Amino acid sequence: MAKKKTIRTIPQERTPMREQDAQARAKNFEEVACGYNLDEALRESERCLMCPDQPCVSGCPVSINIPGFIQKINEKNLRGAYDILTDTNLLPSICGRVCPQENQCEGVCTVGDSLEAVAIGRLERFVGDTAIKEGWVNIPYIEPNRFRVGIVGSGPAGMACAADMAKAGCDVTVYEAFHQAGGVLKYGIPDFRLPNEVIDAEINNLKKLGVKFECNTLVGRLFTIEQMIDEMGFHAVFIGVGAGYPTMLNIPGDSSNGVLSANELLTRCNLMRARDFPNFDTPLPIGKRVAVVGAGNTAMDATRVSLRLGAEKVYCVYRRSRTEAPARAEEVHHAEQEGVEFHWLTAPVAVLDDGKGNVRGMRCVRMELGEPDDSGRRRPVPVAGSEFDFETDLIVYAIGTNANPIMGQTSKLKLNKWGYIGADDNLATSVAGVFAGGDIVTGAATVIQAMGAGRKAARSMKAYLGIRDPGLPYISGAGTLFGIDAHERNFARVRIA
Amino acid sequence: MKANAMSNFEIVAREDFSDVTYLLEVRHPLMAKAAKPGQFVIVMLNEHGERIPLTIADFDRNKGTITLVIQAVGKTTKQMQQECKVGTVLYGMVGPMGIPTHITKAKKVVCVGGGLGVAPVFPQARGYKEAGAYVIGVLGFRNKDLVFWEDKFRSVCDELILCTNDGSAGMKGFVTDGIKVALDGHKDIDEVVAIGPPVMMKACADATRAAKIKTMVSVNPIMVDGTGMCGGCRVKVGKEVKFACVDGPDFDGHLVDFDDLMVRLSRYTKVEKEAHERWSESCRMTKQVGAHALDALARGKAGQVELLELPDPFEDAPGG
Repeated sequence: MAKKKTIRTIPQERTPMREQDAQARAKNFEEVACGYNLDEALRESERCLMCPDQPCVSGCPVSINIPGFIQKINEKNLRGAYDILTDTNLLPSICGRVCPQENQCEGVCTVGDSLEAVAIGRLERFVGDTAIKEGWVNIPYIEPNRFRVGIVGSGPAGMACAADMAKAGCDVTVYEAFHQAGGVLKYGIPDFRLPNEVIDAEINNLKKLGVKFECNTLVGRLFTIEQMIDEMGFHAVFIGVGAGYPTMLNIPGDSSNGVLSANELLTRCNLMRARDFPNFDTPLPIGKRVAVVGAGNTAMDATRVSLRLGAEKVYCVYRRSRTEAPARAEEVHHAEQEGVEFHWLTAPVAVLDDGKGNVRGMRCVRMELGEPDDSGRRRPVPVAGSEFDFETDLIVYAIGTNANPIMGQTSKLKLNKWGYIGADDNLATSVAGVFAGGDIVTGAATVIQAMGAGRKAARSMKAYLGIRDPGLPYISGAGTLFGIDAHERNFARVRIA
Repeated sequence: MKANAMSNFEIVAREDFSDVTYLLEVRHPLMAKAAKPGQFVIVMLNEHGERIPLTIADFDRNKGTITLVIQAVGKTTKQMQQECKVGTVLYGMVGPMGIPTHITKAKKVVCVGGGLGVAPVFPQARGYKEAGAYVIGVLGFRNKDLVFWEDKFRSVCDELILCTNDGSAGMKGFVTDGIKVALDGHKDIDEVVAIGPPVMMKACADATRAAKIKTMVSVNPIMVDGTGMCGGCRVKVGKEVKFACVDGPDFDGHLVDFDDLMVRLSRYTKVEKEAHERWSESCRMTKQVGAHALDALARGKAGQVELLELPDPFEDAPGG
């Protein structure tokens, strides 16, 4: 009988993640974090206390059975770990890389009370990547039903909803406006954080489930949401089009050449492969001294992409302090290592141009933190007389986004006062049979939240269509008989010997 | 994944109006059904291509096709001119994008097309004609060799004023001279629609400003996604900043800041020029060496083909 684990007997230090050297990686688009190997994963899985409270499960927006999959790793049953992960989350290689675990599972981990939390995200990524390498895919036996479901947007919300509806037996079609599927995962998150191969592998898994992807399709304009229900034979529709309309600062000079939104920079670089210009035709604005305004994940991506595109100096300008920065901690850390210069408590007031309409610099003012605002964060106020100029030739705005207007322009969907789609607690919209989730409902948020919304909408859609839900949430600790879980109804997934 | 179930983006007809202007008709029944005047598409020629906006010049709901009229000015449009024949398939075409033209209850409308602008203004002229308006068409070309769609326009206009810079066809003058003729002849013009290069649209807006006639223009900024997601196509309209792809492309010509539009349109000129030179160079080499040999070079099978020692055109590119 194994000795009971205590906080003192487990490996005290979190297993480090091998990373590309900071100076070298700032010049290439390969992944920064190399991922665990089996030994590192085994050591880290040792550190989970298998505590009875399991705060990690409730800390996860989709309630993954975290202790369950970690236990399987410990038993060297990686396929078993993958099965558990994909029960709740079809995209472990993606979430393991981009979830802000420090605010979710790892933030509430019991081990984290005294030591560094168990590296749950890294373990999830390890299992997901192993599955891709081995070509594992869990295709349950699916009894097809007569329902056709349309998904608008092939980003994380749409992908998660598509997976659930396909597993429930529906005929699912995902529509995507771009020429490639993946949504923000493809155009927004750079390869060095989330390689396109990983996204495509997950999309292929969805295709194996029977999901159809139609790219080059702009729903709303090519056909409307109402037409999908009334004419095209869809019984239910999920809208996950995101909130990509970028906010501009609207300071003097921001229509100069050399000012662009982070979305434009990232789309050119990631999706259109402008970094490989001229092998790819889309050009990129090249800056030697780049200033990125904002400190969310998008801003971090924009700074680090700029370094890799050859900028000599990259500044990050943010009007609040480092503690208020919304970016994932690891991204800020990596950006610093790579040489991004942070200017906290600094706000731009004007873009300076060279008289011919091109950017030559930015005028900023120093800020200090005053009273908290509605979000609870202390409001920054300018320090009088602290204005200063600095030289830049490229300015990137990463200060947030608004709702994409096309759905509102082309359908009778009720919007809220900021233009996002109105959806109730079940993610149902004002049009019968139409559900919505992700950024287009909540405003800009994270990939895992979008996936959670996609899954939640799927539950509502199944209820709406009257489909009995065969997939119950995996309850850890439930009795098993000969290794067959009592709740398991999908016998195709049961391993025989 | 390039084709989808609804269309494989096949070109079913091609016409060359001159050595710079050509027409492509693409089969896309669903888009032909949905397209309305004023809208555009974004096209990718191949997997390595860039996304370029092209106005829908015509749509045939019975045939199920979309017509694009293109001017070969840069690398992509010149490459399309060379490669797109009947039977060629585009890598991607998405649309119809943009807010459709608001065909108002105007009783008398002047539709002005400058050069290539003649094509995108055609559906609007037809739209107004079908709505019962009296349509005066004003078309401007540099010379008679560049004239196209004159008869097509006559069929939807009550009056047609053709202008050429050198007077080789129609009246001598610019479209603004044509507008003046229309304004002189009719005192009850409700609206002017003007499409063409920004400098032309600016001139048309200036020509009608004093007479306070509503003038709608269709702006043509650089675009990437076309769905309102990147802000690359932002245009100053009055005191506001609008995105041409989802808030336009039609705007009130008296409010559009054309100078700003023209400056922003030039932000990739240097890079575009280099790309075009590089591509022309590779075309020239193709003609010299033979496409087959060049292809073999690119695929690394140099040993199997008798060749001279030639540099790989994609390697030594200036500025690349």
